Amino acid sequence: MVSVSTPVRWILRILAVGYVFFLVAWPTALLAYRTFQDGLSNVIDTFQEPDVQAALLLTGRVALIAVAINLVFGVTVSILLVRYEFPGKRLLSAMIDVPLSVSPVVVGLSLVLVYNGRDGWFGPSLEDNGITVIFNTPGLIMATCFVALPLVIREVVPVLHEIGNDQEQAARSLGASAPQTFWRITLPSIKWAVVYGVVLSTARSVGEFGAVKVVSSNLRGKDLTATLMVENKYQNFQQDQAYAIAFLLVLVSIACLVVVAVLRPNTED
Amino acid sequence: MSIDINNVTKRFGDFVALDDVSVSIPTGQLTALLGPSGGGKSTLLRIIAGLDSADSGKISIEGTDATKLPPQKRNVGFVFQHYAVFKHMSVAKNVAFGLEIRKKPKAEVERRVEELLQLVHLSQFSHRMPNQLSGGQRQRMALARALAVEPTVLLLDEPFGALDAKVRKELRDWLRRLHDEVHVTTVFVTHDQEEALEVADEIVVINEGRVEQIGSPDQLYDEPANDFVMSFLGEVTQLDGKTVRPHDIELALQPVGNGELAGTVSRVLRVGFEVKLTVHLESGDDVLVTMTRSHMRHIGVEEGSKVWLTISKGAITVPIHGGVPTPA
Repeated sequence: MVSVSTPVRWILRILAVGYVFFLVAWPTALLAYRTFQDGLSNVIDTFQEPDVQAALLLTGRVALIAVAINLVFGVTVSILLVRYEFPGKRLLSAMIDVPLSVSPVVVGLSLVLVYNGRDGWFGPSLEDNGITVIFNTPGLIMATCFVALPLVIREVVPVLHEIGNDQEQAARSLGASAPQTFWRITLPSIKWAVVYGVVLSTARSVGEFGAVKVVSSNLRGKDLTATLMVENKYQNFQQDQAYAIAFLLVLVSIACLVVVAVLRPNTED
Repeated sequence: MSIDINNVTKRFGDFVALDDVSVSIPTGQLTALLGPSGGGKSTLLRIIAGLDSADSGKISIEGTDATKLPPQKRNVGFVFQHYAVFKHMSVAKNVAFGLEIRKKPKAEVERRVEELLQLVHLSQFSHRMPNQLSGGQRQRMALARALAVEPTVLLLDEPFGALDAKVRKELRDWLRRLHDEVHVTTVFVTHDQEEALEVADEIVVINEGRVEQIGSPDQLYDEPANDFVMSFLGEVTQLDGKTVRPHDIELALQPVGNGELAGTVSRVLRVGFEVKLTVHLESGDDVLVTMTRSHMRHIGVEEGSKVWLTISKGAITVPIHGGVPTPA
């Protein structure tokens, strides 16, 4: 450590704490304050409303499915990227990072372009077969999958690199088939990275707004997710209810962070 | 013959790791693949195990063509340089892995694991996790794990390479004794000639993707096929246009008139019981001579002494630019 004089140290501390306080802690605290300003009645009323319940259920369902898809896809792609050589590998690796850099609104718009029922590439033929993607749950799931795509992969890939393939080869030489090796050796070795990736994906999926905003019809009770419901309530001058839903979303994120914080030390063995 | 390797070639890009290699490895013996790093010996071992595949050529194990078989169907045990222990499993679970994959009854697995842990002296550690073991213990566990599946051949890739010198030596003796007990056909890769000479029944010297010589430790040492084998099996020096071992040079303080070469001792280096003398010849060449400390005292040579060198009678020499070795 470089030694820093006492006043400088205090200024740095105040700056850091102040920054986080004004940007994160205070607004969130105020949100909690406004939620419970008039006691619990506002909260109870809000969560008893069928539209709100539908929105929360929808968010839960979309997040669950999107995380499940990203889990399977993420682990598969990670193993592909680390253990195999194939043409286009670097391109694939770069593509996976696109969701991190591109704005979620763009994601939503591009999905609409491809899948909308009137002049999208696949939209009309899918709709002829009874599958509506845009303005419907599949669209929400796709948008959510897209934005949360890299999270599992970026957790798992470094761990796969680190453990190397010695253990897998040893398992093969001891008679294990490829699936047996995966379930008994690879998966237990990357377990914590997978869990961490899933937690991050869950937080991201529950909180997604921009991409789902574009692909949703924004009709209450149809395909309005919890984040969209917050916006909807807020714009309809039902601020207190918006705060209550927002506060619930904050709680979910905090729960995710706590899970991560509890898990993190376990990864070091 | 237990393992037959016929005309195996393997390339990594432009690099030729194995160049048309044919070797037969006898049943029940302990065979060493010896050679410098990057010479292709590990690649050969991995091809035998099925962890790598040959570009061309054939491998057969116990008479069965194994060229196209995946590793899990070859019934080989493989021990890795860095142990490759299953970190999330206890010692007993590690050893049981191959048996559980083969769906052996639980009681049999337990009995066998206990036997094997006894064999490798790890019984009291059966419930520990691998990270609670020392390097030598981990490698013994890896060996027990490989032996558990009763492999037709046991392959060890630089098994003691990651261990410190003392543990290496212990494990080396132990491996030899273990092999005398178990008698499974064993092939191990090493770049340490002392390890190979001490442990192996037969040594295959591999360099630059080719087999230089195959033979018993004695044959290799006494009848090296060429300059490379001779220099790889121990220190060599050059005297009178020949490659010779430095302990096969006789040094005298007076000329006896036997075609000796005169020189001056320019450097004396003592390593334990042994002394390494560098002699600067009148022709300008430097020659290395080794002798015991007591012998050096006996003849009374020291730095700066004028000496006369000759190659001992019966010493193995190889002409410097290739050619067949001849006793002097």
